[in-house]
Amino acid sequence: MQLTLDEISILCVYSAMVVYAIAFIAFSIDLAKRSAAATAATDAALVEAKQAVAVGAASDATAGTGSTATAAPGASARPSKTAAGTGTGAVAYGRSPSLRVGVAMTVLAWLLHLTADVTRGFAAGRVPWANMYEFALTGTLIITTVFLVVIVISKHDLRFLGTFVTGLVLVLLGVAALNFYVSPIPLPPALQSVWLVIHVFVASASVGLFALGFALSVVQLMQSRREALLDTAKAAKATFLATLPDSVTLENLAYRVNIIGFIMWTFTLMAGSIWAEKAWGRYWGWDTKEVWTFIIWVVYAGYIHARATRGWRGSRSAWLAIIGFSAVLFNFTVVNLFFKGLHAYSGL
Amino acid sequence: MSPQSDPGAPSRPADHIDSVEPDAAEASVTGPKLGFVGWVRFGWRQLTSMRTALLLLLLLAIAAVPGSLVPQRSSDPNGVTQYFDDNPRLAPILDSVQMFDVYTSAWFSAIYLLLFVSLIGCIIPRTKHHFEALRARPPRTPVRLSRLAGFTERELPVSTGSTSDAAAEASIDAASKQLRQAGYRVERYALRGEPSVSAERGYLRETGNLVFHTALLGVLVAVGFGGGFGFSGQRVIVEGQTFVNTLAAFDSFNPGRFFNDTRLTPYRLSLENLDAVYETRNQDAIGQPIDFTAHVTVQGQQGEAEERTVKVNEPLYTHGTDVYLLGNGYAPTITVKNAAGEVVFTDAVPFLPQDANLTSIGVVKVPDGMPEQLGMVGFFYPTQSELTTGAYTSSYPDLILPVLTLNVYEGDLGIDEGTPTSVYTLDPSTMEQLTGGDTGVDSIELKPGETAELPNGLGTVTFDDATPESSSTDAADGDYSQSVPRFASFDIHHDPTQIWVLIFAALILGGLLVSLFVPRRRMWVKAVTKPDGRVVLEYAALARGEDPGLEEAVTSFADKHAGPRPSPVE
Repeated sequence: MQLTLDEISILCVYSAMVVYAIAFIAFSIDLAKRSAAATAATDAALVEAKQAVAVGAASDATAGTGSTATAAPGASARPSKTAAGTGTGAVAYGRSPSLRVGVAMTVLAWLLHLTADVTRGFAAGRVPWANMYEFALTGTLIITTVFLVVIVISKHDLRFLGTFVTGLVLVLLGVAALNFYVSPIPLPPALQSVWLVIHVFVASASVGLFALGFALSVVQLMQSRREALLDTAKAAKATFLATLPDSVTLENLAYRVNIIGFIMWTFTLMAGSIWAEKAWGRYWGWDTKEVWTFIIWVVYAGYIHARATRGWRGSRSAWLAIIGFSAVLFNFTVVNLFFKGLHAYSGL
Repeated sequence: MSPQSDPGAPSRPADHIDSVEPDAAEASVTGPKLGFVGWVRFGWRQLTSMRTALLLLLLLAIAAVPGSLVPQRSSDPNGVTQYFDDNPRLAPILDSVQMFDVYTSAWFSAIYLLLFVSLIGCIIPRTKHHFEALRARPPRTPVRLSRLAGFTERELPVSTGSTSDAAAEASIDAASKQLRQAGYRVERYALRGEPSVSAERGYLRETGNLVFHTALLGVLVAVGFGGGFGFSGQRVIVEGQTFVNTLAAFDSFNPGRFFNDTRLTPYRLSLENLDAVYETRNQDAIGQPIDFTAHVTVQGQQGEAEERTVKVNEPLYTHGTDVYLLGNGYAPTITVKNAAGEVVFTDAVPFLPQDANLTSIGVVKVPDGMPEQLGMVGFFYPTQSELTTGAYTSSYPDLILPVLTLNVYEGDLGIDEGTPTSVYTLDPSTMEQLTGGDTGVDSIELKPGETAELPNGLGTVTFDDATPESSSTDAADGDYSQSVPRFASFDIHHDPTQIWVLIFAALILGGLLVSLFVPRRRMWVKAVTKPDGRVVLEYAALARGEDPGLEEAVTSFADKHAGPRPSPVE
């Protein structure tokens, strides 16, 4: 059987989706195991406390110190403020076999994905990001790439984000393959420019970074809610969150990822303007896509300001990052498909 | 702006996370006693606060949204007309709140102008402060370094035959030198006989921040003025025709506020031919445009004619103007003769494309030489094919089987009063339809080279074959490829401040990179005499703004300066 390059590309896309699905399941199992580990640690602390009571030791002693328990046992065996006060309160948790499987499968899926993208490019005889199917293909590849790069270089173990990343990539890739697919066709004159290579690639890269920043901000919000519960000494359920970095660390990580995304977005906007001047005769014309690029830029500028504003650092600024990424997704899907404008390159 | 006790710190609005928390008691005392000046000052402080800037930023983002939901006059005037037709009740209400001109509306302008006033109020004092900080010495070494970030200690190496004091002095000297080499500004201090060096780096962070914000302002000003001094005009040119860059020659012209037409440099621009290439092999993209190239000659008042090209992504920069190829189509050559056989109209008439296969609509107006004024509405199909309904359509954008159909109207064209009317539309309200529609007379249908009788013996109409005589085949041989001239639709712009926008944009990007990635930090090295007489070196640092690598930087400096910390096992 003789396959064309594009058929090979499609085959790779579907294979990658299967492997992403396996990775997603593995990462999910890992999250479940984290919850179990957190519960076990709480239980262990509880047992320890009971034993301490049984042997008549002072029940308010810090029996939990030195252990990896999340909770210093009190009479009611609630996680107390002291354990969470330093911002740790974390259950030590190594890398479970399912986490390793998840990462390995993500790497494999990434290789298939990369092959799909490259063969698509060769099939079309140009860069593979000139219509919506190709944007999705390349954009999701970049999301995975950014994730893999970040887990290699980051001092913190961010593998737990795998569930989000593989899930998002799987959904986007699935929608793209089923609904956005168009066969490779040549570029219309308006897209025949070196700026297609630069502008669209940098835009996709910043989307990859914003996606990761979004995930971190969501986890940060969940974590800070849990920390608030711990602080008020209300019972906080032992969830996988206990095994993750504290909310301040998550916020700092989200910020670092988002500012790189923001700089790239700024560049995207400028490169787009230069291209617009060449192709449409004006560098800025409030075309719908330009409007949304501007809105996203302003929202992330607001996010950066919010982080430097007293009373806004923390959860409030995290919400802005979440709104920002929602706008990015809106820009990519709804604006591309339903809004009238000059960026009519979905190919659909 | 709250004046801060620390002169080296960048000045920030009072609610910036890095500035000193205001004293609540003090604020409540001054609260009720505000005079006029007090209120102005209070208002100004509110406007220039971080919280207001943030609020205005978010408002700006929200205010920009409606412009993407409702068509805008600036980018889509036809969409606005359509919107008024489709929503006759809603549209005037939206129009009354400037929803069709969002980006020039009073409310949108108010938001960004307030934002920029807030910005100016923020950057002026900060710039002043930053200039002072650039000349200031790094501040005195704190008494206790152990509370600061990255605090670490190292043994002072004392070589034999040297006092510990001398060794401490030498070591601090060396630290100063190394810090200076690492880009720090350094200052020696001696506190109670303990030598120390205070160092600060990363002034560029604040510089970048100020450059970024000032350049934003620059873009706003440049865009504001650029619109004022420039112009943009549109002109349709048929192959073989010439345009002269003068006001009267434009089809439409939008001058800026400060523009006057003596600024137009007259030059001639002739369209020799327009090459259009369409996909023919890829089954999924048959007829998709591959390339449009307009071959033009440009000639100034003095000087030779130059042959140039204009392509979609490659505008022509000539005589201070930018010429863009923004559209193209067909301009069938139509000749009308009256009953006496005299030519009353002959011209290549640009037909506006309606779809990707260039089904096009055009209008012929014959004001004189006929018993009554004559109008014709025409459809042109470069490759005619018939739908199942019997209607015609074009199935390919190139000239394979070109067909022109015409509906004839007789009466008053409505052009005699001198009111400007579009050359692309015909108002049939004062005219009588003679062919097509409900008249019972078939529309006139022509291929290149063919002539038809007008109804009621009015005369004839001819669709001229424009194939050059040098060509070996023409329409009569079934080769229609050159039978209909094309037109190019050019936009001609002049924007003197465009280059400034680019420069400011580059400054924005550069300023942003520097302000987000250059760490501003202070570092101190101090030789401390312990109660037991031992002298140790202390290292610590302080972040001024975001600085994730701070502690690592202290450790690595200490390692470099005094060697790695001995592990606790030893």
